[in-house]
Amino acid sequence: MTLAATATATATLAATHTHGFLSPTGVEIAFLLVGLVTFGAALVTVTTKQLVHAALWLVVALGGIAVEYLLLTAEFIAWVQVLIYVGSVVVLLLFGLMLTKAPIGRSPDADSGNRWAALTVAVAAAAALVWVVVDAFRATWTDLDGPASGSTAVTGASLFQNWVLPFEALSVLLLAALVGAIVLSRKSKAESSSPPVNSRPATGSSPSVPDSRNHTIGRKGAVEGNGPSSPDNPAEKEGAR
Amino acid sequence: MHLVYPAVLAALLFCTGLYGVLARRNAILVLMSVELMLNAVNLNLVAFDVWLSRAAVETLHSGQALTLFTIAIAAAEIGIGLAIVLAVHRNRGTADIDKLRDTAEGHDPDTSDDDARTAQQAAESGRTGKAEATA
Repeated sequence: MTLAATATATATLAATHTHGFLSPTGVEIAFLLVGLVTFGAALVTVTTKQLVHAALWLVVALGGIAVEYLLLTAEFIAWVQVLIYVGSVVVLLLFGLMLTKAPIGRSPDADSGNRWAALTVAVAAAAALVWVVVDAFRATWTDLDGPASGSTAVTGASLFQNWVLPFEALSVLLLAALVGAIVLSRKSKAESSSPPVNSRPATGSSPSVPDSRNHTIGRKGAVEGNGPSSPDNPAEKEGAR
Repeated sequence: MHLVYPAVLAALLFCTGLYGVLARRNAILVLMSVELMLNAVNLNLVAFDVWLSRAAVETLHSGQALTLFTIAIAAAEIGIGLAIVLAVHRNRGTADIDKLRDTAEGHDPDTSDDDARTAQQAAESGRTGKAEATA
């Protein structure tokens, strides 16, 4: 209680006596219900054994967080959350699941062997964090009445008055990430010219090729991949013998 | 509204994401859990920004600006992460984190002897693991 008393201003302390936990307001009840839905969806996301269902439950959790932003009068961030997270990040995750050929049905090896250690760590961290947060902010009251503190006008004004340089640096970072993602996910032309089917009998016949993994990695693999293609005919002759 | 509600919800969501990062085996599910943790931090930032803009004289709106920056960085992170996972899947045939043990120490004694053989074994085990997963 001393932490709370030192952490809160006198005005909020005066307001504390009128707002108790046993008489929650309507906004608090709505926040609690949406928060329960969000937390349940997050739990299903990290525990379900169907990979596509995990992505779809993630939509519920992220949409619930957007509703919480609306309840906290941060409108602009709520719509940004809906646009970016629900609109693009989950679609990207679904594309990733599709491109890595994830199984559609139940996959029994979705959880690794150390899930009990993970559960212990998570429960201990949750207990510690919730205890500290409740002890520190138990009497802090946020007044949500009045003009919205997160409307588009207020957020835009503060963003382009005080945060212009980080904003521009962030755009450069996004551009770099875009170029990096394209370079990483592009299939190089030299790699497609040497299919990995050639490499398997070549490694069996010629011990000069050090590693079979190098064929599919990059340009170095392409250079080495052209090597066994030239003694391809002796390998075929050996196979014919 | 009491500040405890969003703070406790953010702590619980963060620990849910922590469990997912530690317990999941597929790399894309680990990325989903990282997204949950980032969202928990965003909720904390927004809640404390609303409180500070009312209780104290704070005109920078630093919480909401930092939330926007975090969302943008998370979008960049998910793009790069998925590109890396796709490259690993193309090279190894698996997206399981437990199978990517090339830099691990002390688990495979014949790693230093014959690198090509262990790589081939890893590829084969990845293939059988996927076959089990689809069966």
